[in-house]
Amino acid sequence: MLVAILAIAALAAFFGILLGYSAIRFRVEGDPIADQIDALLPQTQCGQCGHPGCRPYAEALAKGEEEINKCLPGGEALVLALADLLGREPVAMDIKEKIPSVAFIEPEDCIGCTRCIQACPVDAIIGAAKQLHAVINSECTGCELCVEPCPVACIQMRPIQEDIQRWRWPYPARQPVESDSAAPLRDAA
Amino acid sequence: MVIALKPKSSPERRLWRFHGGIHIPDEKALSNGRAIERAPLAARLWVPLQQHIGAPGRPLIAVGDSVLKGQMIAEPTGFISAPVHAPTSGRVVAIEPHPVPHPSGLSAPCALIEPDGAETWAELPPPLADYPQLDPALIRERIRWAGVVGMGGASFPTSVKLTPGTDREIHTLIINGAECEPYITCDDRLMRERAAHILEGVRIMHHLLRVRTVLIGIEDNKPEAIAAMQLALAETDMGGYTEIVTIPTLYPSGGEKQLIRILTGKEVPTSGIPAQIGIVCQNVSTAAAVADAVLEGRPLIARVVTVTGHAIAEPRNLEVPVGTPIEHLIAQCGGYRETPRKLICGGPMMGFELRESTTPITKSTNCLLALAPAEAPDPEPALACIRCGRCAEVCPAKLLPQQLYWNARAKDLDRVQDYNLFDCIECGCCAQVCPSHIPLVQYYRYAKTEIWAREQEKRKSEQARARHAAKQARLERQEQEKQARLRKQKEALAAKPAAAADGDDAKKVLIEAARQRAAERKRSDAAGQD
Repeated sequence: MLVAILAIAALAAFFGILLGYSAIRFRVEGDPIADQIDALLPQTQCGQCGHPGCRPYAEALAKGEEEINKCLPGGEALVLALADLLGREPVAMDIKEKIPSVAFIEPEDCIGCTRCIQACPVDAIIGAAKQLHAVINSECTGCELCVEPCPVACIQMRPIQEDIQRWRWPYPARQPVESDSAAPLRDAA
Repeated sequence: MVIALKPKSSPERRLWRFHGGIHIPDEKALSNGRAIERAPLAARLWVPLQQHIGAPGRPLIAVGDSVLKGQMIAEPTGFISAPVHAPTSGRVVAIEPHPVPHPSGLSAPCALIEPDGAETWAELPPPLADYPQLDPALIRERIRWAGVVGMGGASFPTSVKLTPGTDREIHTLIINGAECEPYITCDDRLMRERAAHILEGVRIMHHLLRVRTVLIGIEDNKPEAIAAMQLALAETDMGGYTEIVTIPTLYPSGGEKQLIRILTGKEVPTSGIPAQIGIVCQNVSTAAAVADAVLEGRPLIARVVTVTGHAIAEPRNLEVPVGTPIEHLIAQCGGYRETPRKLICGGPMMGFELRESTTPITKSTNCLLALAPAEAPDPEPALACIRCGRCAEVCPAKLLPQQLYWNARAKDLDRVQDYNLFDCIECGCCAQVCPSHIPLVQYYRYAKTEIWAREQEKRKSEQARARHAAKQARLERQEQEKQARLRKQKEALAAKPAAAADGDDAKKVLIEAARQRAAERKRSDAAGQD
């Protein structure tokens, strides 16, 4: 009896020390799950999920404090990817997906107040005080954060024009008529 | 020199077989009976400013400019890029988006040139007839200047392909004269009529690549082309390293990887290029364009196009300037015999439908195919896959088309790549033999572009993340600098009191002195008045 208790106690102590040591020795810096989630997020930094940027949303998701369907730019594809990564049930998007667009500043109306420049999370607007501002199209993520602060409402979101580089083959319209498992054979007669 | 003189006949060369492939009616007799004709100039030429794979060119012309034939109108902007030259002399009427030959039917920037009919050549660089003595870099530069791109369809800049890296040795140059797709006969006619010119181009490429062997592969359904090429080869001193190889007719033997397999028995690694196994592959038309560029100093501004199909009144091969609208070509061939069901750019297997009759031909347009209703019946309704496996039997890339189909259909873009989607050459064999008429290739094309789009989005979000992090870091740094400045000011203020007190006293003294001086002056003034 005593031997058994001692043996178990010795084992417990051994493993406790081993675990304690490895917790210090192999400590992981940062939050690897949040990093993985952040890599999936579209990085528009738009804040439409209710968090100030993509990283905070990723951290909230990693802690399990947030739903996986809050990211509008990511859309349904992101919900599925997150469900896959986090082992959660996919949830339907509550709002319809947006068409990809970029901000456009009406040059006639811009007064050069720099408020949109301060609002842009990715520095995609160039300009200076009392100078005309302009959007760098290739850097704009379409987050719409610049639209609200503009005092003269001269920023509009314009859908990205389809060009040959961006064009994709459509999903085939001609679908097999029946479900694949139980397709009836055509009448031979 | 005995070896150089020894005639090489194809029977002794061993040929290999690629997996699968299909026999389809070749329909080449429609257009291969007539010699290549030079078509009269169209009234307007829409010249696309990008006709190659790679970085887009930078336009060198403005609306209203006069251009001369062969004048560069767009210059290359990177290593993998190519210039575009004016196909004739005339005036630039507009530079605007216009439909170009592309499966999307979308528009791209084109220069609209109105020919003046004079065909005045611009000043051309001198011919490099003594190229064997010249620096290879100079010849490559000439080929690059001439805007030569792969004319078999891929339109990859030829000068890049002729610049092998120093890390790998190229031992074999393969010249692709297979022309395996039905209907197309432009390479066939070119080999029959301009074999010597093609071989000149081959010799230049042989000189640039310093290869040991040159293999010219031609399908055995083109006996006249084979005979003409052999005759021309016998008249040159290239027999020592060049061989014309007759290969069995089997679609798609003209695919780059398939032709390499047939001629050498080697396989190009998955998602690799032939240069990795010491092989470079070029089309016969490209060889002719290289000869034009080096021996005559002429840029690539015209090409031979097959205009064919049962809906065309007089199918034939035409040599036309790049930028000619397809409606002009069809009119040159006697117009339509009956209303075509479909107008296709390229062959019936790998080509795509054209929607606008004003679409111009480009450097890589080899065929214009107007299919009569009888040739292109409506596709039968797709039925369920019965897993017969015939698609896998005919796949020349040894893929599993069924698995690709399931996963592409389920939009499972990761799984579909596990089955090597990107090794698919979209030859269409699987869809051709499918008893359920499933449009298999459409699924693969959909999955491929979807994956590219996803990767592009990922790159973009990566960039956005970096920019956001940079902005955060900058704001933080500015805040810290501000704090530091404030702290410094505060410290300076705190260190000052003593000095400041001294300063105050000094000021008081000064003020007092000034006051006394003023009082003094007043007094003296008063005294003076008195």
